[in-house]
Amino acid sequence: MDNIKVLLIDDEIEFVETLAERLELRGYTSKIAQDGESGISMIANESFDVVILDLMMPGLSGLDTLRQIKEIDKALPVIMLTGHGSTKDGMEGMRMGAVDFLMKPLDINELLEKIKLALNESLKG
Amino acid sequence: MFKKVTDTLFFLNTADQDHYRVLRRNIIVIMLLITILPLATMVVINYFQYKSHLKSQIIAPLYAMADKTKHSFELFLDQRLAIIRFISTTYNFRDLTNEMNIKKILISLKKECCGFVDIGLINSQGELISYAGPYSLLDKNYSEQISFQETQIKGQYISNVFMGFRKYPHIVIAVQHLTENGQTWILRATIDTAFFDTLISSMGFSRQTDAFLINKNGILQTNSLYYGKTLEKCPLELSKITFRSNSFGGTDDENRDIIIASSTFSIADYILVIVQPQSVALKSWYALKTEIIILFLISITIIIFTVLKMTSVLIERIRTSDEHRENVLSELQHAQKLSSIGRLAAGVAHEINNPLAIINEKAGLMGDLIELSKDFDKKSKFIELTSSILNSVSRCRKITHRLLGFSKRIDIKIEPININHVINEVLDFLEKDVLYRKIDVTLILSGSLVTIESDHGQIQQILLNLLTNAFAAVEEFGAVEIESKNMDNGGVRVKISDNGCGIPPDVIKNIFDPFFSTKKEKGTGLGLSITYGIINKLGGKISVDSKLGEGSVFTFELPEKPNDLEAIDG
Repeated sequence: MDNIKVLLIDDEIEFVETLAERLELRGYTSKIAQDGESGISMIANESFDVVILDLMMPGLSGLDTLRQIKEIDKALPVIMLTGHGSTKDGMEGMRMGAVDFLMKPLDINELLEKIKLALNESLKG
Repeated sequence: MFKKVTDTLFFLNTADQDHYRVLRRNIIVIMLLITILPLATMVVINYFQYKSHLKSQIIAPLYAMADKTKHSFELFLDQRLAIIRFISTTYNFRDLTNEMNIKKILISLKKECCGFVDIGLINSQGELISYAGPYSLLDKNYSEQISFQETQIKGQYISNVFMGFRKYPHIVIAVQHLTENGQTWILRATIDTAFFDTLISSMGFSRQTDAFLINKNGILQTNSLYYGKTLEKCPLELSKITFRSNSFGGTDDENRDIIIASSTFSIADYILVIVQPQSVALKSWYALKTEIIILFLISITIIIFTVLKMTSVLIERIRTSDEHRENVLSELQHAQKLSSIGRLAAGVAHEINNPLAIINEKAGLMGDLIELSKDFDKKSKFIELTSSILNSVSRCRKITHRLLGFSKRIDIKIEPININHVINEVLDFLEKDVLYRKIDVTLILSGSLVTIESDHGQIQQILLNLLTNAFAAVEEFGAVEIESKNMDNGGVRVKISDNGCGIPPDVIKNIFDPFFSTKKEKGTGLGLSITYGIINKLGGKISVDSKLGEGSVFTFELPEKPNDLEAIDG
């Protein structure tokens, strides 16, 4: 389970940088993309073990980004983040192949749990 | 013009209670006017028509009766004259001067023809030559008397009534006889008038009807019921008696309301008078008048009663419908207000959520870094502080998520739902109420509850309504039990029981009707009908069971999937 590479796609730089740092502290390698397009190009050039994707972003929306990620690598586990109380987009995302969704603000332990679950799932798959 | 009038009468802009009072008054006044006015007019017209009609109906027969009675009298007198005339032509002067003969004649007159008292023969000089009768009148000279003179001129004479020696009223009849040799003599007879009374009574008048004879000087010739005895002066004015009209006679000197009918004799100086008190004559009119008045009063009473009753019902209907309209309006406004509050809350929550996420991560990182660093002064205090920040953020998160969740109620959308989660959300929302009123809430939630496709917000609304009602029904320290269960057909059943006041059977019948409320001013009466409507829309059903004083159980079932998705989206 060493050196798990996590890609964080979120336009809220303060949030995503801090989260990346916290993941690093826990032994993950984390990279940041500030919008959907750059995230997709990073996935195309590099390999990641898991993607954490915000649903509310300017430009390419979370769900569109998810669709394109799935086109590139169908097996790549994606965990979605949403600022909404609504679970609608989260459900839609899961229908499109995301493994799970979490609501902001995050509980870091819950996130780690979901990442582990997602990786297990993908190893099994 | 008409519209203006109706507007001022019925569309009033006064304060509420006043408005109904004034409206009620106006409706009553107008309805009474348009019903009673024509009725009263008709009654008055009828009254006068009947009156004049009946009067003529009553007066005409009275005159006919007077004429008939007069004819009877005239017939009687004519007969007596004819008899005397017959005697004068049958016997010659000499025969009649014979006392024996004249006495014989009187005897046969008395025998054959009632009323004759005496008979006498008067020569052209006015001297009574021969006489048969109870008096000794022989050799009396009549030449100065009106009876003699009048008989000489007219050939016959009927006198007014006079009192004879025996105090019996009498009349004298006389007939002049002219012989071929130019000699004249007069045959004179006295007749007892007792027969007059017999004649009047034989006409069959009612007991209160007075019929009598007077002469042209107003002296009574027969006894009168009201106006004195024979030969007394009649107090009625002669002009009043003889004036023939269709109107009522008016009053006599004793203020009696009377009707007078009269008929004047042609062969004698008599007038026949019939006096009838109005109370007798107009008995049928008085009866009719009473009937008309009673009928009128009954109609008026019925009209007034009906108008009052109908107006009350009408005003009550208007008032209820106004109240319903206001309730719907305020419910609509309430819903709109809630909706905009919801949107506002959602906007605020969403805006706060992002910085909250940043605080969460920063504080989290701070905590991570402190934990990883070597011991330093007050390290444990810092750990405590960061975890306190994280706890506060977590509380904020709960609030923003709840706000976001509730704001979605207005948008109908179908999604997978675990009812247990919704129950917990709603209970979170009602937490304050539960704690404050110390209500004991028991949850019996099925651990393996199926996820159903339904509308999250609408289910929240259902649960919120039912739980609010349940909490309102129980006293302090009351108990509310919420149970969720899978159904055999794939749906979910939720049962909410309370041990509160219960619902009376007559209320249960109407409990899901719109606007049915027992909370009076506090409730809109829409809560349970909305609940019922939502559950129906989601393809489910709701039922209620209650015992007064023991509590109520509301049970609703929702299917695995709503039957008609399109209808819901619409």
